[in-house]
Amino acid sequence: MTNQPTTSIARGAKTSALLVRFLGSMNLAITLLVALSIAAIIGTVLQQNQPYTDYVIKFGPFWFELFQQLGLYDVYSSGWFLFILFFLVVSTSTCIYRNAPNMLREMREYRENSTLETLKNYPNTYSWSLNSTHVEVLDVTQKLFQHNGYSARIKEGDGHTLVSGMKGAGSRLGYVLTHLAIVLVCIGGLIDGNAILKARELLGQITTETRNLPADEVPGISRLGVENMSFRGSVSIPESRESDVLFINYKDGYLVQELPFSVEVKDFRIEHYLSGQPKSFESDLVIHDDRLAEPLQQTISVNYPLIYDGYSIYQASFSDGGSELELLAWPLSGSGTAQKKLETKVGDDLQLNLFNESWVLETSNFRLFNINPSDDPSKKFKNAGPSVQFKMRDKTGEAKEFLNYMVPVEREGQLYYLSGVRSSPAEEFKYLYVPVDDAGGIDRFMNYLHALNDKTLLMDLAAKQNVTGSSLPSQDSAKFNEAMVRLVGVFLKSGMNGVIEQVGKNVPTDKREDVTKLYVRVIQQMLGAVYLDVLAKEGVDVSLGVDEKKAAFFDAASAAISSIDRYGSPVYFQLTSFVHHQASGLQIAKAPGKNLVYPGCAMLILGVFLMFYAPQKRMWAWFETTEDGIKLLLSGHAVRDNMDFSAEYQQLQAQFGRILSP
Amino acid sequence: MNSTQTALQFEIDKQSFWKGLTPFDWVWSIVVMLGTAYAYVMYQDLMDVYEKGILVSTGVGLVFLGWSWKAMRGLSIAVFLLSILGISRYVNGLSDADTDFFLRFLVSGQSAVMWMSALYVLATVTYFIAFFGRSDFAGKVASAMTWSATTMGLVGLMVRWRESYLIGIDVGHIPVSNLYEVFILFSIITALLYLFYERRYQTRALGGFVLLIISAAVAFLLWYMFDRQADEIQPLVPALKSYWMKIHVPANFVGYGAFALAAMVGTAFLVRATADERGSNGIATALPDLDVLDDLMYKSIALGFAFFTLATILGALWAAEAWGGYWSWDPKETWALIVWLNYAAWLHMRLTKGWRGKPMAAWAIIGLFVTLFAFLGVNMFLSGLHSYGEL
Ligand code: HEM
Repeated sequence: MTNQPTTSIARGAKTSALLVRFLGSMNLAITLLVALSIAAIIGTVLQQNQPYTDYVIKFGPFWFELFQQLGLYDVYSSGWFLFILFFLVVSTSTCIYRNAPNMLREMREYRENSTLETLKNYPNTYSWSLNSTHVEVLDVTQKLFQHNGYSARIKEGDGHTLVSGMKGAGSRLGYVLTHLAIVLVCIGGLIDGNAILKARELLGQITTETRNLPADEVPGISRLGVENMSFRGSVSIPESRESDVLFINYKDGYLVQELPFSVEVKDFRIEHYLSGQPKSFESDLVIHDDRLAEPLQQTISVNYPLIYDGYSIYQASFSDGGSELELLAWPLSGSGTAQKKLETKVGDDLQLNLFNESWVLETSNFRLFNINPSDDPSKKFKNAGPSVQFKMRDKTGEAKEFLNYMVPVEREGQLYYLSGVRSSPAEEFKYLYVPVDDAGGIDRFMNYLHALNDKTLLMDLAAKQNVTGSSLPSQDSAKFNEAMVRLVGVFLKSGMNGVIEQVGKNVPTDKREDVTKLYVRVIQQMLGAVYLDVLAKEGVDVSLGVDEKKAAFFDAASAAISSIDRYGSPVYFQLTSFVHHQASGLQIAKAPGKNLVYPGCAMLILGVFLMFYAPQKRMWAWFETTEDGIKLLLSGHAVRDNMDFSAEYQQLQAQFGRILSP
Repeated sequence: MNSTQTALQFEIDKQSFWKGLTPFDWVWSIVVMLGTAYAYVMYQDLMDVYEKGILVSTGVGLVFLGWSWKAMRGLSIAVFLLSILGISRYVNGLSDADTDFFLRFLVSGQSAVMWMSALYVLATVTYFIAFFGRSDFAGKVASAMTWSATTMGLVGLMVRWRESYLIGIDVGHIPVSNLYEVFILFSIITALLYLFYERRYQTRALGGFVLLIISAAVAFLLWYMFDRQADEIQPLVPALKSYWMKIHVPANFVGYGAFALAAMVGTAFLVRATADERGSNGIATALPDLDVLDDLMYKSIALGFAFFTLATILGALWAAEAWGGYWSWDPKETWALIVWLNYAAWLHMRLTKGWRGKPMAAWAIIGLFVTLFAFLGVNMFLSGLHSYGEL
């Protein structure tokens, strides 16, 4: 009974010793390093923090669910990853705890108590019998040791003298520094990482917001107060506006982080290289803070952040800040419908009732320049001018996306307004080329298009044509005229290809070629007649035919009309004017962990270099006076670096040999 | 003073670093410092304070490098003269590269790199001829070719540096900014590391092995150049416009170069060890002893590890300025960590468990593949924030 406490203490001591051994073991350390690497590989192969819908599409619902449970969409803040990191910290700390005292002791120890036996057993050993004096040998030893970088201690023993030299004590310190650094960096990293956020989420203190809401409408459960120690978020602030919150992307949504001050972007500037790539972007910031006597002004740019009150404010990106746009909507079908003026802003969704249909116009982007490689060899690049990008969503929710340029571009001598269209972001834009008229506008094109849609006018003009060259009976000719007008209708709806297709469907094979030729001729003639009529109404004198430019316009306009069905929109939007507003993308971070990480990094670099390039080495000179003079033994030992050390030893040995000849 | 004292003094003087410096060493240091001062005065308006610091440190570093590895002096002087020749031939702008004889055939950035490529490949072949033919002479020729290739590579980079400024003062930048440029850097650094150990260990038997990886880099470089016109000088994206690039990238490539060297020495180790096991006394015995190979492999990985640690930390500091956080788990960053952990494990196995021999050699080779993925694979297969060199 009496000895029970002792055994339990002993057992306790034994278990804790075992635990320390396990935690500090190299096997555990290597296992952790490997586990960390595997986690990191997963994190790079599987793109992290994408919208959850993307993952569902990629993996299907089953795997999506499983991967989500495993935390694979945000590996680096998943529980198991943090657990590995935590264990690495524990393991490395244990390792330091176990080894550092020894290492630090060894740094200071000269091993002055080494016995002759030990010294003789080192692989690098040599002895001489000399007829020098004790003083001489001592002096030479001291000087040579010192000269070769060994600091030395002298110990007079029982009838002998032992000079113990050591260098490279730094490598031991290096060990401590390196491993301590790992601990510091990991802890600092954990503080700055998502670990705390994760914990708060688990405790039910916060949940992510997934709806697209204005910042001030986001409920408190998704807001982080100013007391939050560590975060990294971003915010896009239009010029001359300010923000006192930022957004942290987290999981499949976001959180709102409040700031104790507000950041105003007074001005944003972007510079471009000749090639149009962005060269630099910078923002003039004003920090409004009640604690400041007056607002703080500073310009930041990429690589030059502003550090204020422990918050680092970085220039990260830029975007449109709600440019005001004025658009003209031109109907592409029907006749006699006038264009309509619209005003919208980038980022806005505009409800429209246009030409008897209702849509939403979602304007997503405006660009002031579009610099592209030039086909003109004398200039490398050309500026295609401003462009606007928007989506038109119809009642069913389907959308077409458009990219329209404001200034005309030249193609084979003719100027065009360009409008690209696609049905999904995965597609390339297909372009409609709207030719520019003599006056530099698109009125003539639209007049021409509307005239083609005007049945009465067409009937009128058809009657004036004499296509077959013969005088048909009037009844037949009326039928023929109607057929002509119908043909134009087919052309308008589905282009020249549509006409050819129809022939293929309705006409026997042997007559197809003839009929096609006839149809094309008829359409050409009708188009020509309509065009001349449009010109005449403009007041152009067409009695002597048209000039080359107007002829070219006719071809271009007809081609454009032929492709309207592919274009697929009943309206053409012309960008007529704009007020450009930019927004600066800021990233704001608070990372108190870096007060551990940065010193840790310095220690790591210093430690690693010390460990490799200041290996610990020891030399001993043992000598005693005998009847035949002096007996000298020179021994050397190094933990590592054996080849180099042998060479060094031999050099020293040779020096002794040359100076103290026997 | 008695004879012992004299002998002692004699030994001490003989070994003294400072007293061992020759007049040429002093001339060398003065020339380098004058050059540095000239560059400082000429270009101070284009540099910020950090870049000035880097310039001065480079100058001082070069002096010491030349003192402790004498061959560096010859190399530097050759690079200097040829680069000056190249730069001075540009009179009317970049178009001179097509018309001027010297630029076209020798020292424009592009031509010099072609010379480098050809010479490295030739050197590889010659090293192998020397190895299999046990020819000392061929070995010397191969060394000379490697030195020349390295010279031309450095000239190529220097002239390219200038060329970037000829495109536009705002376009100009140090040529370590994209994959094409860093492949040149990689070849040069690997070759220099090899040349250092070639002298140190007095053996040319490893030349072919090491130059093999350089030839592979050259093959990639040529494909990249002809297939993708990668040699065109591109302006920098804003994030890369920083003095950090000047230290982060070279430090990284000392790491990559050293890891590559270690892997190739590992290959030689496996060849030699296999031959020894079979008791063969064929050509493989011309390779250095296993001890030497093992030692060299360790040294090389240690050097690589030290520089890679430095480079990764510099990268983190840069990221803190450019991306707003010192660590973002960007794929390139993450793979740097994987490479680093891998070699940390290698070092621990060797030092604390005493692992030696074939497994370690094989591991060093695997390490190169991991490194290669971090260096190339990430750009090819993964997307991230690192903006240079998409394949
Ligand atoms: C990420 C974690 C770690 C890193 C990066 C790291 C790094 C290093 C480096 C670079 C060396 C020097 C190798 C050399 O001198 O050539 C070393 C040595 C060593 N490490 Fe680690 N280490 C880590 C974790 C650990 C852990 C957890 C332990 C404990 C089990 C440990 C124990 C040792 C020991 C005993 C040495 C040998 C020291 C000597 O004899 O000089 N290390 N470490």
